[in-house]
Amino acid sequence: MSFLLFQASVVIYLLSVAAYLVFFLTKKAAMRRVGRAIFLAAFLVHAVNIVARYIEAGHTPITSHHETISFFAWSLGCCYLSFRWRYTVKNLGTFVSILVGALMLVAAFSSREMLPLAPALQSWWLPVHASITLIADGFLALACIGGIMYLLQEREIKTKRFGLFYSRLPSLEALDKLNHHCLSVGFPLLTLGLITGSIWAKQAWGAYWHWDPKETWSLVTWFLYAAAVHQRFTVGWRGRRVAILSIIAFLSVLFTLWGVSFLLKGVHTYAS
Amino acid sequence: MPRDTIVLLGVNHKTTPLAIREKLALTAGYEEPLRALGQLEELREYYLLSTCNRVEVLFTCRNVERSRARVLELLFANAVPKEELDRHIYQYLNDEAVEHLFLVAASLDSMIIGEAQILGQLKEAYRQAAKFECSGFVLNKLLHKSFSVAKRVRTETRIGASAVSISYAAVEMARKIFGDLAGKRVMLVGAGEMAELAAEHLVGQGVAEVIVANRTLQRAVNLARCFNGRAVALEELLNQLEYVDIIISSTGATDLILHKEDVRSVMRERRNRPLFFIDIAVPRDLDPAINDLDNVYLYDIDDLHNVVEMNKSERDKEAVKAQRIIAEEKLKFSKWLSNMESTPTIIQLRAMVENLVRAEVEKSMGRLDGLNALEQQGLEKMVAAITGKMLYHPLHYLKDDNHCISQQDRINIVRTLFQLDTRNDDQDGS
Repeated sequence: MSFLLFQASVVIYLLSVAAYLVFFLTKKAAMRRVGRAIFLAAFLVHAVNIVARYIEAGHTPITSHHETISFFAWSLGCCYLSFRWRYTVKNLGTFVSILVGALMLVAAFSSREMLPLAPALQSWWLPVHASITLIADGFLALACIGGIMYLLQEREIKTKRFGLFYSRLPSLEALDKLNHHCLSVGFPLLTLGLITGSIWAKQAWGAYWHWDPKETWSLVTWFLYAAAVHQRFTVGWRGRRVAILSIIAFLSVLFTLWGVSFLLKGVHTYAS
Repeated sequence: MPRDTIVLLGVNHKTTPLAIREKLALTAGYEEPLRALGQLEELREYYLLSTCNRVEVLFTCRNVERSRARVLELLFANAVPKEELDRHIYQYLNDEAVEHLFLVAASLDSMIIGEAQILGQLKEAYRQAAKFECSGFVLNKLLHKSFSVAKRVRTETRIGASAVSISYAAVEMARKIFGDLAGKRVMLVGAGEMAELAAEHLVGQGVAEVIVANRTLQRAVNLARCFNGRAVALEELLNQLEYVDIIISSTGATDLILHKEDVRSVMRERRNRPLFFIDIAVPRDLDPAINDLDNVYLYDIDDLHNVVEMNKSERDKEAVKAQRIIAEEKLKFSKWLSNMESTPTIIQLRAMVENLVRAEVEKSMGRLDGLNALEQQGLEKMVAAITGKMLYHPLHYLKDDNHCISQQDRINIVRTLFQLDTRNDDQDGS
């Protein structure tokens, strides 16, 4: 059941990517509405899929690779819609839908097997820690996308060579505001994710901090974002520098999320 | 004898980068260069036009090559090396020069096609030339014609209505940088017409305040009053940078008024809030390196041109219509111009007088076919003789080369006296 829903959502996401791309290239406002509607539909199907999987697995479906990536894609969609509800950022949907679509494809090719949860991990800290962290990651991914858009747009404005992006991307101010918004929501959530994780670790393994690779890398990520937030809110950095920092920090998020699991082994190796 | 050649030399935004143009611009006004050109005996008539986007000199002369060399040497030799100048400068002769002037006047050669400012600039340039008696018979006619062509293009096409001005482009850029312009502050440095126009557009977008800085405070105060803004002295420029977001600079200063280091120090105090500089002065007021700073954007007039280029296609249709009007007017003018040579005038004059005499003879003699061949021949002779005698002095006056009045003036006098131009139109179409 959940598998069917998952596949349906992948297909609908890809349709919305197509619609958004058409909008991006032709600049027809009607396509934008179509893309948004399809994206919303995919998002809802995806949400039902997650609930269905929760019922089937009997625990929060954020443990295997497939589940994590899928949930991450969903939380990115969630962050995007929450942001979209307050501000309009032209063509952000195009970029977000591409990333969500790509994540869903990766999830589709990962093993969908439902693994029994180790007894140590059976706690209601699992949904709290995992979902908070992944939603934080969703906002941070949005900050990264905003950073990429900012750099693309800024380059065209700075060099005065107006190409593909100038007319299609929003103003620098809007992109900078996106970054501001996403950092100021994403960073506290990330911090909260770290704290809940550490409390859960105390409960499960008896110590707050193990210095296993995943924890170390989350700390590195946290420091990178702390730096970005600090520079942004106290020193007054903005624009290009924060955009670059957001992109670098997000690469660290990705590494923490998956790179560590594949390259370095630790207690977080839920995929084994 | 051949008539003088009309020569137009110049550089504009299409052929020449801003860095060169600003060196060539006649910043000190027209008087001095016009006087200098007066020293050249090669030139008959001449006039000069210098705007942000072009420097052009129009003159009539006999020997094109020699005049060209001397004019260029006189006007530009100090500013730019000769080889470089030759790479950029364009030269139009006669019909082409006429066409080019019409294109300029009708604002088809402008950076922003259809903008109205150029006509005013052209008129001012002509007024200066006329004041120093540099323009003569041909240029007077040509320039007046160019004004009426411009007017015709403006009324018959929609080229002016849809004109996207530099200032509009500046607003568009500002919106790409700031998003919403409400609450932003604009500073005008120098109280030029262009800057005023841009400020007007920005006020239309809801900017919070307009600040005017000018060398003479009185002008600044006057302009500031138009926008309900305030005036500051030019010396306060750096302090003000902390508070404003958009700066439009258009002073007549010959040197840079703001350097990269000045702006860098301000950015710290601004907490990196973006600054958008628009430099519409030629020569430039602002250090181009300012653009390298983070969160600072500097656009000069050429850059704004690129912005304008992007939404140009719609106006191109109207431009085609305008081109047709110009081609028409060019033909008319070249016809007038060719009448300026003495030969057509002589032929026309002869024909006119002969027709008149013949008509009178015919009237008094009744029908001529009643006469025999010999009598007819006699009458023909009489017509020719009267024509010849009557025209002896006017023709002599036209052909004589040792007059103190120039040949063109003489041709014109004769044509006016005998009303050749008005009659010509309804008699033949050649």
